[in-house]
Amino acid sequence: MSEKPLSAPSETKTSLLNNPTFRSVTFQVVMVLAVVAFFVYIANNTLNNMAQRGISTGFGFLDQKAGFGILMSLIEYDADHTYGRTFFVGLLNTLLVSFLGIVVATILGFIIGVARLSANWLIARIAAAYIEIFRNIPLLLQILFWYFAVLSALPSPRQSLSIFGVGYLNVRGLYLPAPVPEPGMLAVGVGFVLGLVAAVFVTRWAHKRQERTGQQFPVFYTGVGLIIGLPLLVFAATGFPLGWDMPVLKGFNFRGGLPVIPELVALVLALSIYTAAFIAEIVRAGILAVSHGQTEAARALGLRPNLTLRLVVIPQAMRVIIPPLTSQYLNLAKNSSLATAVGYPDLVAVWSGTTLNQTGQAVEIILMTMAVYLTISLLISAFMNWYNNRKALVER
Amino acid sequence: MKIAKALATGVVLFVLPISLAHAGTLDTVKQRGHVKCGVNTGLPGFSFPDDKGRWSGLDVDVCRAIAAAVLGDAEKVKFTPLNAKERFTAVQSGEVDVLSRNTTWTQTRDTSLGLNFTSVTYYDGQGFMIKKNLGVKSAKELDGAAVCIQAGTTTELNLDDYFRSNGMKYSPITYDKGAETVKGFEAGRCDVLTSDQSQLYALRIQLKDPGSAMILPEVISKEPLGPVVRQGDDEWFNIVKWSLFAMVQSEDMGISSKNVDELKANSKDPGIRRLLGLEGIAGKGLGLADDWAYQIVKQVGNYAEAFERNVGQGSPLKIARGLNALWTAGGLQYAPPFR
Repeated sequence: MSEKPLSAPSETKTSLLNNPTFRSVTFQVVMVLAVVAFFVYIANNTLNNMAQRGISTGFGFLDQKAGFGILMSLIEYDADHTYGRTFFVGLLNTLLVSFLGIVVATILGFIIGVARLSANWLIARIAAAYIEIFRNIPLLLQILFWYFAVLSALPSPRQSLSIFGVGYLNVRGLYLPAPVPEPGMLAVGVGFVLGLVAAVFVTRWAHKRQERTGQQFPVFYTGVGLIIGLPLLVFAATGFPLGWDMPVLKGFNFRGGLPVIPELVALVLALSIYTAAFIAEIVRAGILAVSHGQTEAARALGLRPNLTLRLVVIPQAMRVIIPPLTSQYLNLAKNSSLATAVGYPDLVAVWSGTTLNQTGQAVEIILMTMAVYLTISLLISAFMNWYNNRKALVER
Repeated sequence: MKIAKALATGVVLFVLPISLAHAGTLDTVKQRGHVKCGVNTGLPGFSFPDDKGRWSGLDVDVCRAIAAAVLGDAEKVKFTPLNAKERFTAVQSGEVDVLSRNTTWTQTRDTSLGLNFTSVTYYDGQGFMIKKNLGVKSAKELDGAAVCIQAGTTTELNLDDYFRSNGMKYSPITYDKGAETVKGFEAGRCDVLTSDQSQLYALRIQLKDPGSAMILPEVISKEPLGPVVRQGDDEWFNIVKWSLFAMVQSEDMGISSKNVDELKANSKDPGIRRLLGLEGIAGKGLGLADDWAYQIVKQVGNYAEAFERNVGQGSPLKIARGLNALWTAGGLQYAPPFR
């Protein structure tokens, strides 16, 4: 619509109707108005219809008491809280499973993608078999498989597997000791931040020195020492200010501690194993997209194979990998809504499942749910685009 | 101009459902030639498809009774299996004419969803099923238990009320479908499964070893289950309501599918003659044929027949009549007079 006219307009006066700019702007304005009017009409129509049929509308239900329990919540929740609160409980559970899924899938996907290209016949074949199996079985089946396979394999609470006497594993989940910070913990946190800042400075200094003198500095080990060692030192100096809340077998099951429910484990496992298969193929494609000449040139310069991979191949491959990787992250976030099949209390299960059914306000709840998934996807997309722009080839 | 056409089509699509909703359901059903009935996706005794795809169950028989009354043929029903989450939307949107799907009558549902409950098909109550080897004898001993529930039901609310009023803690594992709920229970993910008692009996016979589980004596809620129609169509509301009453009334009068023809021909009892449409108001007030109740009894049977065949002694569930006996036998099933 913003194309330039083929022949430049001369001095001669033309009618406004024949003015290309005017016409293009007018059509666009009319189009936008029509679309807006259409949606206003639909919304209005829906509201009228629902009022006519005696269906409650509006968001007043958000302040009503929910009255049902939820298996797992990252924020404080019980049945006395409101429906509005159930929304956030579900949302956080969805974000948790998406985040864990993305992290695990990325790590697994990169390892398998590189393994697929390995010169070792067996490793390459195993990676190929993994990819072909897991990306060709429907995700829902995989989720159900992991869930019921894991459940069947685990013992009942009274025969729990003990993990060195501090953690317990049974069909109800994994029960770990929960850390309970005591006052001195703040200093340890400060120590960690200081270590992180120092590590960044050391890295920069080492980089500059290498550019100037060519001398290398063991950045990795120094960094690890600073980030882990410093807080540990503070931890010891303040007299180990950390208590543990141990899980105790009482009645039907363990109480206290930090429980990890099997629904979460099965879901993260299934989502990341499935998505990793796709990521592996993307990684393979990315690496193969880097011309072999680059590797040969690096070798000719005397770079060792792992340095070649890290400094020459991967940075160039990332430019090819990131855009399709974004799609996989979006898929994973959206696929997490299958949680409802195995009883993991995510947004779809809690909010557009139970809450919808208790209140009956389908239109409001489904709209909010769609808005949430849209927002999550757009945020992931925005972040990945920003990262992509940083990594993209800068032409000089 | 393609866009304009698309817009126009869209507008028409969104306008159409309103005009349909205004037409009476009775006329729509007669014109269409079958009743669209929403049922459970699979609950033995209430609505369950056999291996040939034929539905049977108490809820299903209510649908058949409506079809017999309206169209004179109990087979003219199209069943739509619905899960707990979909059911109300399906009635609201007109996807089904009536919902007969073990749905609990509550104030919220009756008043704020644009729906009306017509009557009670089955008086139920929520209970607990537990593995025998846990040695639990009463629901009061369930403190700290993991509980499997099906999502989107009054069960979730009753459960919370019960545990909190007894000062007990629990962790709810909420599944989407009945089948997964049973699997979770079997795999030991939860200690107890809670649902309406009628469903517990149905779910128990689906376990690999039904003898390993037992149903606790406590009933923690009232669950009157009944058919649901859209609010605002009183004619259709009346038809659904009185179809069920006809089944109860015919049991009350001793009319069954076996003797209905004989009674119709020979009976002098004015009550029986009124019910079968031989005298009195018959089908006029409902807008149905005069023999509407006869068709129900003839083709579907009275309430006792439907009950025993589907959930009672003639079925694997073997549920006693209990609250669902006639009022004359100490139960709650009661039909207003047919006169």
